[in-house]
Amino acid sequence: MEIVRRPQLKSTAIDRGVPTLPLYRSAPSLEVRLEDFELYAIDRLRVLTGISDGLSRGKRPEEMEKLVAELWKANMRHPQASEVMNKDIISHFVLRLVYCRTEDLRKWFLSMETALFRYRFRLQTAEAQRAVLAEFQLPYKAVTTSEFEVIKDKLTLVARSINQTLPTADAIFYKVPFQEVPELVAGRRVFLSDGYAYVAMNQVVSLVATQFRSLLSKALTLTNRKWMSTIREQEKDRLTPIVEALSTSYVGPDYSVGREFGEVSLKDIDNVAKSSFPLCMRHLFDKLREDHHLKHWGRMQLGLFLKGVGLKLDDALAFWKAEFSQKVGAERFDKEYAYSIRHNYGKEGKRVDYTPYSCQKIISLTPSVGDHHGCPYRHFSEENIRAALCKMGVNSGGVEDVMDKVRHKHYQLACTLTFEAIHGCPNDAGINHPNQYFSDSQKILKSKVPSTAE
Amino acid sequence: MVIEEAVNGRDDMLIDGQMGDQVLPSGFNPNFLKLYYGIPLLKLRFQSKLFPYGDIFRWMSYGNDGKHPACDKSYFGRRELSFTLENDIYLRFLSFNSVSELEKGIREKCPFKIDIGPVYSVDPSKRHAYAQSGENVFKPVERELIFDIDITDYDDVRYCCSGADVCLDCWPLMTAAIKVINTALRDDFGFRHILWVYSGRRGVHCWVCDGKARRLTNEQRAAIADYFRVYKGSENSKKKVSLTGHALHPFLVRSYTEVLKDLFEQTLLSSQQIFSTEDKCEKVLEMIPDESVAAELRGRWQKRSSCSKDDINAVRWEHLKHTLQSGRHKGQGLRRCVEEIVFSFSYPRLDMEVSKHMNHLLKAPFCVHPKTGKYTVHLSRVCVPIDPVHCHEFDPTTVPTLSQLLQELNSGGMGQEGDNDWDRTSLGESVRFFRSSFLEPLLKSCKEEMESAYNSKLQQSKNSMTW
Repeated sequence: MEIVRRPQLKSTAIDRGVPTLPLYRSAPSLEVRLEDFELYAIDRLRVLTGISDGLSRGKRPEEMEKLVAELWKANMRHPQASEVMNKDIISHFVLRLVYCRTEDLRKWFLSMETALFRYRFRLQTAEAQRAVLAEFQLPYKAVTTSEFEVIKDKLTLVARSINQTLPTADAIFYKVPFQEVPELVAGRRVFLSDGYAYVAMNQVVSLVATQFRSLLSKALTLTNRKWMSTIREQEKDRLTPIVEALSTSYVGPDYSVGREFGEVSLKDIDNVAKSSFPLCMRHLFDKLREDHHLKHWGRMQLGLFLKGVGLKLDDALAFWKAEFSQKVGAERFDKEYAYSIRHNYGKEGKRVDYTPYSCQKIISLTPSVGDHHGCPYRHFSEENIRAALCKMGVNSGGVEDVMDKVRHKHYQLACTLTFEAIHGCPNDAGINHPNQYFSDSQKILKSKVPSTAE
Repeated sequence: MVIEEAVNGRDDMLIDGQMGDQVLPSGFNPNFLKLYYGIPLLKLRFQSKLFPYGDIFRWMSYGNDGKHPACDKSYFGRRELSFTLENDIYLRFLSFNSVSELEKGIREKCPFKIDIGPVYSVDPSKRHAYAQSGENVFKPVERELIFDIDITDYDDVRYCCSGADVCLDCWPLMTAAIKVINTALRDDFGFRHILWVYSGRRGVHCWVCDGKARRLTNEQRAAIADYFRVYKGSENSKKKVSLTGHALHPFLVRSYTEVLKDLFEQTLLSSQQIFSTEDKCEKVLEMIPDESVAAELRGRWQKRSSCSKDDINAVRWEHLKHTLQSGRHKGQGLRRCVEEIVFSFSYPRLDMEVSKHMNHLLKAPFCVHPKTGKYTVHLSRVCVPIDPVHCHEFDPTTVPTLSQLLQELNSGGMGQEGDNDWDRTSLGESVRFFRSSFLEPLLKSCKEEMESAYNSKLQQSKNSMTW
């Protein structure tokens, strides 16, 4: 008979009195008052929506770190120091119930909680970070001194290539299968050899965030099942109404367009393009008119936007066909392109009614040869942005303000300033969705007295 | 009665008594495809069968077609294939349970193109019985890590050809791409079982078949594709390659010093005549972020000294390097400018979307490319494997064409019953290479993996049972 080896149970940081981040692995057996149930959840929700807002404004990691610290301090304190940890854990689990119920809610919650965990981890001391690493029981070995000597030059090159501090002789590196750190691989931020990534201590955040995300993702699916099968019914007079109310009040500041804002007909489309399209869509629209063609991502970005703007499926088909048939012929259009337009409207295949891309999504897309999608504030050269802004009617002072934002990589703020310059009034909410730009623009134009139009 | 008559019918032929001398027409003829797949044509005395069904089957089975108890008999049947038929009819979610079913399916439909998709959780042809989400789901579970490199993505930096054309002046771009990616897949990612295939007209495909690769998630595939990504261009930004940082990542350093620098300096400079006209020079000068440096060079080149015997491209490149690396000009963005220019012209450009998703379909090796060009008739070339070690010797203009193979079969005379027909043609070399350098090592490794996984599972259950 062989004895099965058990993993060593390390004494946890909590035992040793070091404050550490909870991993929310299991629901606590704590008693919670009903008011606290709701209040704690709302406080945490403020933190999560603050994070969501910060991300969609394109804040850099250092700024996000600061933001998270502020949000946490402002919302998650408790008069009794011993209760702080409990509030953290309880609020998380309540929100799990709230956000497990649909795919969209789960996705949002997963992203925000992972971001929260990531930045809180960064704010921890090195010892606390090591404790969290141990908590995950990741079987990653630290690189030995002799191994280190062999690869030291390569590690130095990597550090220099990403403007990080150079590894010293006592630097700790972890040897990790590359599959575990996709973000670091994608950014070429680690040295890879024979399938292993050599991860610096300060990159361990990535590792840990991936683990956290994976744990939480699985947990959410389980929670959803439990909710659907037992909890919702059991708690229908007590917790369920609270849970359901919590999610509808905070969909998250990302403007997810489901409804159509009035209708736009084909004959209006050129005019509204000039007056109310944000630069990204204006560019795609103009290129489509010019080349009578757009590549895949351009079609997706513009097509879904037009759907959100109120263009009906039949009009959309006529619109795209009128353009594409000038390049590829009507028959080829029907054969190769009509299907995917119908697909976007949820009339084919999986019948998912796709939502138009938000700024966050668009900014993340990178155009390549022959593409026109993505965010022009991010990808256009300075000259081209200036030219485009002039064409849209922004005066030279306005252009400079916008260019300043672009140089600082604040693409959405650049777009907001463009909006404000063109419409002559402020947009305090800030642009985070092209359809929001459109509907805000239309609102302003329609409220103006007709006699002032040319 | 021989192949020509069967293919073209008696009436069309200029029949010559000596069949061996007859040259087959070089355009694409669907009947040729039938012969390739071994579909019987009227009154043919013998059938040819060139498409290597058995090899494809053994490959796609990854060892599961054996007798070991660990073999998953459903594995091959869960692989999606798709056919494109003669009239652009597209059939998706096809699957076959055995090599004979596969052969029968292909011969019945005579597809112009065969694509290979992922291995799904259940037989794709029965997918409607399964939910879209939740427990009993229809989703991809294994898929090779694949790459698609198409020379048309380099159109902004190759001047010899454009569009679907390819020649020996621009093909070295593909060779370089193979070398750079292949080395990284082996040395950086630790993959062992890598197949490179000519895509039939203007590019190459790569199939990474290790178990580790087949089980990668979409996120991991995207990460690998991004690791390889350097070129981020579009019409609207001038500089398509931006190498910031005080040093280059070791992967880029290796690619530069082992492959790209020489490719650019020894080959592309002259084959593409990169500095031979004012427009072309301007294109390079636009990549220099410091206008004063660009102006200096522009000025120098405008006064053309016609007395130099040396190749103008090499001379101007030396000027440029010297100016940028002399240290006279210090500035943001100048640090890596020379490398950026070299990378712009030579670094591999992958189609990101192909690699990122498990459900992306890719043309099967040993297919025949049926398209003809607008002005030139492209000969229907077979998608043959390329040896990465000797890829610099690969010549896309001499890849066997369908008509060439049939001609070889025809003049080779009758083989023995049971012989593989491809053995008597140029295809034989490709199939033998496929087997010896890719398929056999892969299957050996699959067998070992399967056995060891099986044994450790046995061991585990033994341990728990004794309690």
